Amino acid sequence: MLEVEGLSVRYGAVEAVGSLGFTVPKGSITVLLGANGAGKSSTLNAISGLAPSRGRIILNGAEIGGLPPEEIVRRGIALCPEGRRVFPSLSVADNLHLGGAVHAKGDELASRTEAELDRFPILRERYHQKAGLLSGGEQQMLALARALMSAPRLLLLDEPSLGLAPKVVDQIFDLIAGLRSQGITILLVEQNAERALEIADHGYVLQSGALALSGSGRELAESPLIREAYLAG
Amino acid sequence: MEFFLQQLLNAVSLGGIYALLALGLAVVFSIVALINFAHGELMTVAGYVLFVCILYAVPLPIAVVAAIGAAAVAAAATERLAFRPMRRADPTSLMLTSFAVSAILKVLFQNGISARPKPVPLPPELSGTLTFGPVRLGTVPLASILVTCLSLAALTLFLKRTVMGKAMRAAAEDFQVLRLMGIRANRVIAAAFALSGMLAGISAALWVAQRGSVDPLMGFVPVLKAFVASVIGGLGSLSGAVAGGFALGIAEVLFQAYLPEAALPFRDAFVLGVVILILLWRPDGLIPAKTGRRS
Repeated sequence: MLEVEGLSVRYGAVEAVGSLGFTVPKGSITVLLGANGAGKSSTLNAISGLAPSRGRIILNGAEIGGLPPEEIVRRGIALCPEGRRVFPSLSVADNLHLGGAVHAKGDELASRTEAELDRFPILRERYHQKAGLLSGGEQQMLALARALMSAPRLLLLDEPSLGLAPKVVDQIFDLIAGLRSQGITILLVEQNAERALEIADHGYVLQSGALALSGSGRELAESPLIREAYLAG
Repeated sequence: MEFFLQQLLNAVSLGGIYALLALGLAVVFSIVALINFAHGELMTVAGYVLFVCILYAVPLPIAVVAAIGAAAVAAAATERLAFRPMRRADPTSLMLTSFAVSAILKVLFQNGISARPKPVPLPPELSGTLTFGPVRLGTVPLASILVTCLSLAALTLFLKRTVMGKAMRAAAEDFQVLRLMGIRANRVIAAAFALSGMLAGISAALWVAQRGSVDPLMGFVPVLKAFVASVIGGLGSLSGAVAGGFALGIAEVLFQAYLPEAALPFRDAFVLGVVILILLWRPDGLIPAKTGRRS
């Protein structure tokens, strides 16, 4: 579904990602692992058009590298950014509507909103509250729902479990696995390697902006390098 | 009693004009971090359109709508021609660009129209006073307050109910994420400029109604006041702009009315003294903006 070849992302003189290549098969959950600063977020930002990059990014055979973020989301890629980044002074309703505004109109927008409220019942309870007043977990669900409002075929998730209570983390990972069964392809960046590899079909490990290791979720979970570095023994 | 009511009316109507102007600055600043010092020249554009319309006996409501529309178009045009090419520049360069736009427009008015003021006579029904029991109040300030209230209500509806209005509020908080939703940055920015132009046009109509004339430099003083108002209110905060505008207008009129005659030449010093006190008390302004990430 998504092929990345020779991707590099530079911020001024600093190279965050250098000549990275990987693929995301259709219908899979693919996870990018790595330490802080390994280039995971930069990779997602490059794919979604937020970070300027070199190299090839190919979605279903079409080159999308260099397109602005407004175009890339129209091609069916949605990014749920790190730190949730909901619009705090807007209501839950307005956050959702903005997520779908250019992708659906009128009844279609209403039915998508309804579908997301069914998926995240807590958002129905908070529907008219300002997003900034929600708890961290609720904000993460809102950010997910808002990204899903564009009906993406490929969902990029940047650290969805960051800073959340273990119970909420369980919920989020269940949701992500559920999205795959609905046919949404997922590229997941996570610090929580153990949980991420449990649901992942494929994984890639980044080190200093380059690929260090790759394999199926199970292979990586059992690899000594991963166990040592991320899974504490 | 009548004197106090009249002064209060003047204070609120002047405050309203400052509020609309400061809102115009704040709408743009909240989204692109530009303090648009060419905002005053948008007023001047509206003023001249009003002048021409009245010269050719166009009915007043149509003249006012045309003036507001012209200011909106002028604002969108300056965005497209001057500010969009500078989009990636730092705030200082953006501000200098706005000085350049302002200077160019002033020269165009001076050479293309006239350096001298042009009269904009009001229809007689607006120039009189209205009598409420024992109190007589000016029609212009009353109408001005009414227009300000209607404009604020319409703006609130726009920002809360329409997709573009919500997108502008979202852009002020996190422009990058808004683009991730597929909402085009250029469109939001152009709309913000057009909205700011409309606000300048409305303020211009009210300003000209009080002065009765337009000249190439008429936008300078109001934009300066609007800048002060938006700093008092909290730069980039929309409700702050309204609060700052009213605070400044009310302070100006009340000092004008109640300072002893010997102190009157120093009225602005007293007003700015109050501004300093407000900023000492609340350095980020009365209602600070929530800062966000910008594209």
